[in-house]
Amino acid sequence: MPKPSEEKARPAKNEEKAIQTPAKADGQFKITEDQIMKKRQGKSISVNFLARVEGEGGLMVKIQGGQVTEARLNIFEPPRFFEAFLRGRKFNEAPDITARICGICPVAYQMSSINAMENLMGVQVERSIRELRRLLYFGEWIESHALHIFLLHAPDFLGLPDALAMAKDHGPLVEKALRLKKIGNSIINLLGGREIHPINVRVGGFFKVLTRARLQSLISELSWARDFSIEAVHWTSQLHFPDFEMPYEYVALQHPEEYAILDGRLVSTSGLNIEAQDYENYFVEEQVPHSHALHSTLKDRGQYFVGPLARFNLNFDRLCAAAKKAAKNAKIEPPCRNPFKSIMVRAIETLHACDESLGIIEHYEPPARAASDIRVGPGTGYGCTEAPRGILYHRYDLDSNGIILNAKIVPPTSQNQKTMENDLLHFVQKNLALPKEQLTWRCEQAIRNYDPCISCATHFLKLSVVENPEE
Amino acid sequence: MPSTRRPKLAVWKFASCDGCQLSLLDCEDELLQVAEVIEIANFPEASRAVVRGPYDLSLVEGSITTPHDAERIHKVRRASKFLVTIGACATSGGIQALRNFADVNQYIPLVYASPETIQVLNKSTPIADHVFVDFQLRGCPINKRQLVEVLSAFLNGRKPNTPPHSVCIECKRQGTVCVMGNAGAHCLGPVTQAGCGALCPSYRRSCYGCFGPKETPNTHSLSQWWSSHGMMNADICRAYRGFNAYAEAFRRESEAREK
Repeated sequence: MPKPSEEKARPAKNEEKAIQTPAKADGQFKITEDQIMKKRQGKSISVNFLARVEGEGGLMVKIQGGQVTEARLNIFEPPRFFEAFLRGRKFNEAPDITARICGICPVAYQMSSINAMENLMGVQVERSIRELRRLLYFGEWIESHALHIFLLHAPDFLGLPDALAMAKDHGPLVEKALRLKKIGNSIINLLGGREIHPINVRVGGFFKVLTRARLQSLISELSWARDFSIEAVHWTSQLHFPDFEMPYEYVALQHPEEYAILDGRLVSTSGLNIEAQDYENYFVEEQVPHSHALHSTLKDRGQYFVGPLARFNLNFDRLCAAAKKAAKNAKIEPPCRNPFKSIMVRAIETLHACDESLGIIEHYEPPARAASDIRVGPGTGYGCTEAPRGILYHRYDLDSNGIILNAKIVPPTSQNQKTMENDLLHFVQKNLALPKEQLTWRCEQAIRNYDPCISCATHFLKLSVVENPEE
Repeated sequence: MPSTRRPKLAVWKFASCDGCQLSLLDCEDELLQVAEVIEIANFPEASRAVVRGPYDLSLVEGSITTPHDAERIHKVRRASKFLVTIGACATSGGIQALRNFADVNQYIPLVYASPETIQVLNKSTPIADHVFVDFQLRGCPINKRQLVEVLSAFLNGRKPNTPPHSVCIECKRQGTVCVMGNAGAHCLGPVTQAGCGALCPSYRRSCYGCFGPKETPNTHSLSQWWSSHGMMNADICRAYRGFNAYAEAFRRESEAREK
């Protein structure tokens, strides 16, 4: 098994810019730690451009007198104002428009917006439509998780800058990873028409549904993917995980029978148990100056954690048997409080997604109609689904012609922002003795634990306008 | 003489969804081969290692929406021998260019304005409005086959072969039944550039213009046709105001129908 080798660390030149401030002698350190602390009395770790995440962000940690005083995830991705220009659009445009918030998880946006519209219109889709949607969504989980596990996150554990460097020493593994990723994409491709911004989903169902034979064309590759996922769980379990645990409040959807993806109640490890449409009564968003994305918190309780680790901890008993067994063999069980282990949980979820997908295909009977009839009317609709990175909440107010009056979208990354910053703060405090280059890299890794999607997080309505210079 | 040095590739992001640069990683079958002939020198979404410029080829995703980005694109241009824009945001301003049609001063009270937040330009504009662009690859998202074609053309010193004709041609070639026959269908296929493989009509859905205007599009005629089949001006206007709303032909037509 490959071991992480810190020696190979070669952080990019323009990524890292340390601001050294003069050391202050404030005499508050133990003598034994004096030497180490002298080096670390006043400094900051900063990564101006965080790599291997979707979108643009950086991180900054301030250390003074041996204490971490501040940790920030800086998000400077330009805001795109989706909630503003959704106003005045037709209800049936929301799935295609909101998909453009994120090229990595467009299916998640389509599903949450469709759920919200169908919730408003009181549409109940037939079972096979629901199953096809779950299959499409699992395709996105497989694609997104494979991308993150092997191409974005694993290089950190191996001390390599990227997956292409990984391909030199771990060629067969990278090839298998790409094959796994491709299988996720082929599901989306087949059901949705294309991998990025699929075109086949609509409020009420699909534009066109597939025959059994078409779906069955996925079986052989998916069976391979299921087997490889078991290998992936084992492989990730052999990585070296920093000793780091935090008392998180995990939040995820929960479904009575399924490992929730499309719908369910919102539950947490601290006893939250609400209907998804009550989301805004329990969660609030606030603005912080260093981020173009709003921070979400639970009212009166503060930060919380969404995503694979939250789902694993809350819904473990609803995982398929193979996934539970793989978890047991890998010696991971809920509650897991080490965010670095999210890479294992993504592998377990990938296994579950492959297994469930095979089950859906096996039992598939084409629906009588591709889409249910819908009746447009005024009202408010709510939708919440489990995107690869965690819960994605949508709310829409429509007028009597089906025109959107208001839209609210809360993506998973903005919900995790506070938790990410808190992780940074505590992680750096615990690891001050590490050489700076290593510590900087570890900080990046700590952020990548969350697979942050910064493009998603900054669709927000925050703006000060200056005129275009040429005008 | 051909050089043995691998050309250096950089991928840059402006305001966008990341989908077009993901298309490069979505070339699962070609990615490792591409990396053998091209040095992926600066691609933050995939790697924390950065090789210094100048770069032989820059792929630029996203539109210009902030004063900072309006400066940054010039640095990118200076560091690049060839600059290719990828996707609707970079070639026409993208979905975020919908704000170009709004009265920004009325927009502000709707949104959370705060003095310490970043500054945003009142328009989202394509890269070619700011710097010289060597080639524009259309699509929301781009077609990854066309992306491989662009890379291959670049490596071989030829012009990429991306047809400028309409989606209709693709439908006819595939034998897809025309969706305009359906009453009320407002297919943008006749005025939209090919490249997606006429995907939507093959799923019995109207084209919604992901690849932007084709060469010499007759948008006026299409709108007349829609009007004569009962489509309201507000709906016609919305149809053109999608992911390529600020592309010249679509912009003009939507403005004509706005009144």
